[in-house]
Amino acid sequence: MALKVVIGLEMHCELKTKTKVFSKSLNSYNDIPNSCITAIDLAFPGTLPVVNKEAVKKALKMAICLNCEIPEVLIFDRKNYYYPDVPKNYQITQNTKPVGINGKIDVEVNDQLVPITIHDIHLEEDTASLDHYFDYSLIDYNRAGVPLLEIVTDPCIYSPEAAVAFLEHLRNIYKYTDCSEADTKKGQIRCDVNVSLKEEEAKELGTKVEVKNVNSFSNVYAAIIYEIKRQTELIESGKKDEIIQETRRWDEESGTTIRMREKVESIDYKYYVDPNIPKIKIESKWLEEIKAEIPLLPLERKAKYIEDYNLSSYDAGVLVKNKEVSDYFEECLRLGINPKEASNWITSQIMGYINKHDIEINEIFLTPKRLLGILNYLNKGTISSKQAKELFFMILEKQEEPDILIKKHGIEQLNNDDELINIIQNILDNNQSQIDEYKAGKTKVFDYFIGQIMKETKGKANPVKAKEILLSKLK
Amino acid sequence: MIKNLHEKLINKEITSEDLIKEAILKAENSQKELNAFVTIINDPEKQESDSLLSGIPVAIKDNLSTKGILSTGSSNTLKDYIPYFDATAIKKLKASGAVIIGKTALDELGMGGTGLIAATGPVKNPWNQNKITGGSSSGSAAAVAAGIVPYAIGSDTGDSIRIPAAHCGVVGYKPTYGMVSRFGLFAFASSLDTVGVLTTSVEDAAIVIDQIKGQDEYDMTSWNSKDINLLESLNGKVKDKKLFYIKEICDINNYQDQTNELVKTIEEFHQTLKKCQELGIEVDEVSFDQKLLDSIYPTYLTIASAEATSNMSNLTGIIFGPRGKGNTIDEMMKDHRTKGFSSLIKRRFVIGSYVLQKENQERYLFASAKVRHLIVNKMNELFTKYDGLILPASCEPAPNVNGIKSIHLRTEQYLAIGNFGGYPSITIPSGFVSDMPIGINITGKIKDDANILNIAYALEQKLGYKNQIAKGEK
Repeated sequence: MALKVVIGLEMHCELKTKTKVFSKSLNSYNDIPNSCITAIDLAFPGTLPVVNKEAVKKALKMAICLNCEIPEVLIFDRKNYYYPDVPKNYQITQNTKPVGINGKIDVEVNDQLVPITIHDIHLEEDTASLDHYFDYSLIDYNRAGVPLLEIVTDPCIYSPEAAVAFLEHLRNIYKYTDCSEADTKKGQIRCDVNVSLKEEEAKELGTKVEVKNVNSFSNVYAAIIYEIKRQTELIESGKKDEIIQETRRWDEESGTTIRMREKVESIDYKYYVDPNIPKIKIESKWLEEIKAEIPLLPLERKAKYIEDYNLSSYDAGVLVKNKEVSDYFEECLRLGINPKEASNWITSQIMGYINKHDIEINEIFLTPKRLLGILNYLNKGTISSKQAKELFFMILEKQEEPDILIKKHGIEQLNNDDELINIIQNILDNNQSQIDEYKAGKTKVFDYFIGQIMKETKGKANPVKAKEILLSKLK
Repeated sequence: MIKNLHEKLINKEITSEDLIKEAILKAENSQKELNAFVTIINDPEKQESDSLLSGIPVAIKDNLSTKGILSTGSSNTLKDYIPYFDATAIKKLKASGAVIIGKTALDELGMGGTGLIAATGPVKNPWNQNKITGGSSSGSAAAVAAGIVPYAIGSDTGDSIRIPAAHCGVVGYKPTYGMVSRFGLFAFASSLDTVGVLTTSVEDAAIVIDQIKGQDEYDMTSWNSKDINLLESLNGKVKDKKLFYIKEICDINNYQDQTNELVKTIEEFHQTLKKCQELGIEVDEVSFDQKLLDSIYPTYLTIASAEATSNMSNLTGIIFGPRGKGNTIDEMMKDHRTKGFSSLIKRRFVIGSYVLQKENQERYLFASAKVRHLIVNKMNELFTKYDGLILPASCEPAPNVNGIKSIHLRTEQYLAIGNFGGYPSITIPSGFVSDMPIGINITGKIKDDANILNIAYALEQKLGYKNQIAKGEK
C-alpha cells in the first residue's frame, strides 16, 4: 500500500510598512516592549480602526504576484475570540472578500516546475507576543496590529521539498517586491502546516493534522517528515483511527509534534463584517499602478539571465535565489562588467565568502564598484588572476580601495619582456637536464619550468607571456 | 438660547465664570432629585474661541471619552476608567471654547431605553420625578430639560437621543451617520451609533453640530461636510416642502390597546400635522407594510446585540477597568464581566452571541440585514418624493418609573429606522399629554440635515415650545 502525503500551507508574513495596519503606531521590530502602541492597539473604549493604505497596497501586490483573482471591493471581518494577545478580543481579518483568491504559481523543485494553487490571501492584524513563565506571562503589544498577510494554499503539495521550495520562493517574492523583509529570524514568517496521508489511488484526502506556528523553513521540513513518519507508522500498524483531526505544535527540542487540541468541531469564530471599515473599492487604475511597480520576479530574472547573458541554469538559479545577490549582479552589469565574469565572481568567490561568514552580500565592503576595480586591473593585465583573488580578499579584510592596496602592496604582474626573458634564461641555464628531458618528449616538464618562473617572480609573472617566452626558448 | 448667551457674553452682561458656576451649582443641587450626572467637574478646563459656544457650559454623555475625566459609560466595567484622550467630538467642542461641566448618566453603555439602568442609579424626569426620562441619553436630556446646561451631547443607536428628548420636552438631533466622528464614542452598535445633541431649540442643535461635525482621520465612516452649514440654512422657508407619515403608526384604529394617553398623543400628532399644513408643508399619509414595521424591533435587536457583543469584548478589566479576581486570565475576565454588567446587557450578549453563531447567522443576522435593507430601500424610495418622514416621537408621554413592565421589553422602536438608514432625525417638543411633554420627530434623507433642521425650525416656531425647560415639581 503506497501512501502519498498531501500538504497544505498557511504562511503568515508581516508586511513592511511604516505604521501598523489599523493605527498610526510604528510597525517596527525589536523596540522596547510596549513602546509602539496607541490607544487603538490596546482597544481603549471608543477607538476605531483606520486601514493603512500601504498595507493594502502591498497585500494587493502579493495577490498580483500570485496571480490571484482580486475582488472589486475589499471587506474586513471580525474573528471573535477571547485571548489576551488581541486586546479587542476580536481580530480584524478578511473572510468575506479577501485581497485575493484562486491564485496559482509555479515553483521550481529539483529543476522541475511544480504548480501550486492558492486558496486565498488575506490581510489581517498580527497579535501581541506573549512570553510565558512559570507562574506569570508577559505581553508585548508592539506586535499587535502589525500588518500580517496570510497566504493559504490548497492541499496541493506532495513533498516536504516542494513545501519548502514554495516557502522559499514566496519569501523571495516578498523581498523582490519589497513587501516584507520576510526575515524568519525576526519572527516575521510563521507557518501552519497541514499534513495528511492517503493511499496513492484514493480520491478522498486523509485526515488532516495541523501543525501550528512553525517558525522556520527547516522546521517546516522537519515537521512534515515527522508527521509522515508518525502517520505512516500508525496506518501501517493498523491504528489509522488514531490519526484524528487535531492541532499540534512543533517541538524543536524533541524534534516531534505535540498535540495542542483536538478539533472535534472547529472553533466558531463568529466571523462577521466589521462595521467600522467601509468596503474598500479597488480601482483598476490603482491595480495597474501597483502592477507597474512589480519588478522582475526570481524565475523571470532567471530566464532573462539564461537567455540574455548565456548563463548556465545553475548559475542563474544561484544568482536569483537571493534578491540582494541578484541586485548585486545587476549592479555589476550596470557598471559594464561582463555578465559571465560577474556571475563567476559572484557565484564562486563572493558567495563562498558570505556563506562562510554568514553575512549578506550587501554587508560586504566589496561593492560592485570595487569588484569592477579588481576586474579592470585583471583585464588590463596589470595583475594576474591569482593576484586578483588575493586582492579580492585583501579588500574584504582590510576594507580599503583596490587602487590603494595595489600601490601599498606592490601587487603587479611582471609584464616586462626583457625582465622575463632574463629570468627564464637564468632558470634554463640552471636546469640543463630538464631541458633534455623535455626535448626527449616529456612535455610535463614544461609545467615544472612555469612553476620555477612563478617561484622566481613570486607569482607576479604574466603567465601568458611567460608561456610564450618559455616556448620560444625551448624550441 | 446659545446665541442669546453668546451675545450676553460678548456684551459683557454676563461672564463665562458666572455661567459655569451657576451650571455647576444647579447640577449639584439637581443630583438628589434627578441623578443626571455621573461626574460634575468643579474646575472645568476653559479654552477661549470666537465660536458661539465659547464660554458656555455643556454636559457630556458618559460614553464619550474625555481626557483626564472619569468616563464610565454608566457601567461598572469602567467605573474607574479615566481616558488619556478626548473623543474627536470633545476635542472639537473644547476647541470651540465649550466648557464641560459634567458627565451625564446613561443606560449602561447606551443599551436600554429608560434611564433606569445606569450604574449610578435611575435618572429622573425633571418634569415629574415619578416619570422616566427615556434613554439612553437620559442624563443629557434631564440636564437640558432642567435648565442646568443649555445643551448636552448624547449618542443615538436606536432612538437614544430622540426618545429622551421627547419625554423631557427638549430638542434631540441625531445627524446623518458619520457626520460627527465616532472616535471616542464607546461603541455600542457601530453601524448604527451616532453622536448628536440635546438642546432647547433647533437653532442650538444646528450651532452645536456645526462645531463638532467633520471628516475625521480616525473614523473611516465619517465624511466631509464642509459644504453644509446648518445654522445658515435655517431660514424658515418651508412652503411646498413635502412630508409623509406612516398610516399604520399614526392611525389610532391600528392599535389594540388604546390607552387614554395613546389616543391623546395621536390626536396631538394630527394637530401638529395641521400646523405643518398651515406652514405650507404638504403632508401625505403613506401606508407601510405592517410586516416591515413589525420587523423593526427584532431587526434592531439582532443587529445591535450582535455588534454590541463583539464591540464590548474589549471590556475585560485587563488593560483598563477594575481587575477581576481569579487565578487565570479567563477567570479574571469572567469575574470582571459577571460583576460589571447589568442583566439587560448580559441578555443582549446572549442574543448577540447566539445570532453570531455560524449556524444561526443565516437565519438571524443575514435575515436582519435583509430586512434592514428592505426598510432602507423603501425609505429611500419615499425620500425621492418627500423631504421627510414625520411621526410622533413616542406614542405616549414618559411612563411612570414604576409603570415600566419590563426594562427588557420595548417593542415600539420605529425611530430606529433613522439608524438603519443613517438618516438625519430630529425630535422637537410638540405639546403635552397628561401634563408631560410629548414630541414629534422628523427624519430625512442622508446628508439632507440642513433641510430637515429647517423644517423642524419652522415647525418649532409654529408650535411655540422653543427654549422650553421643565418647571417640574420642586
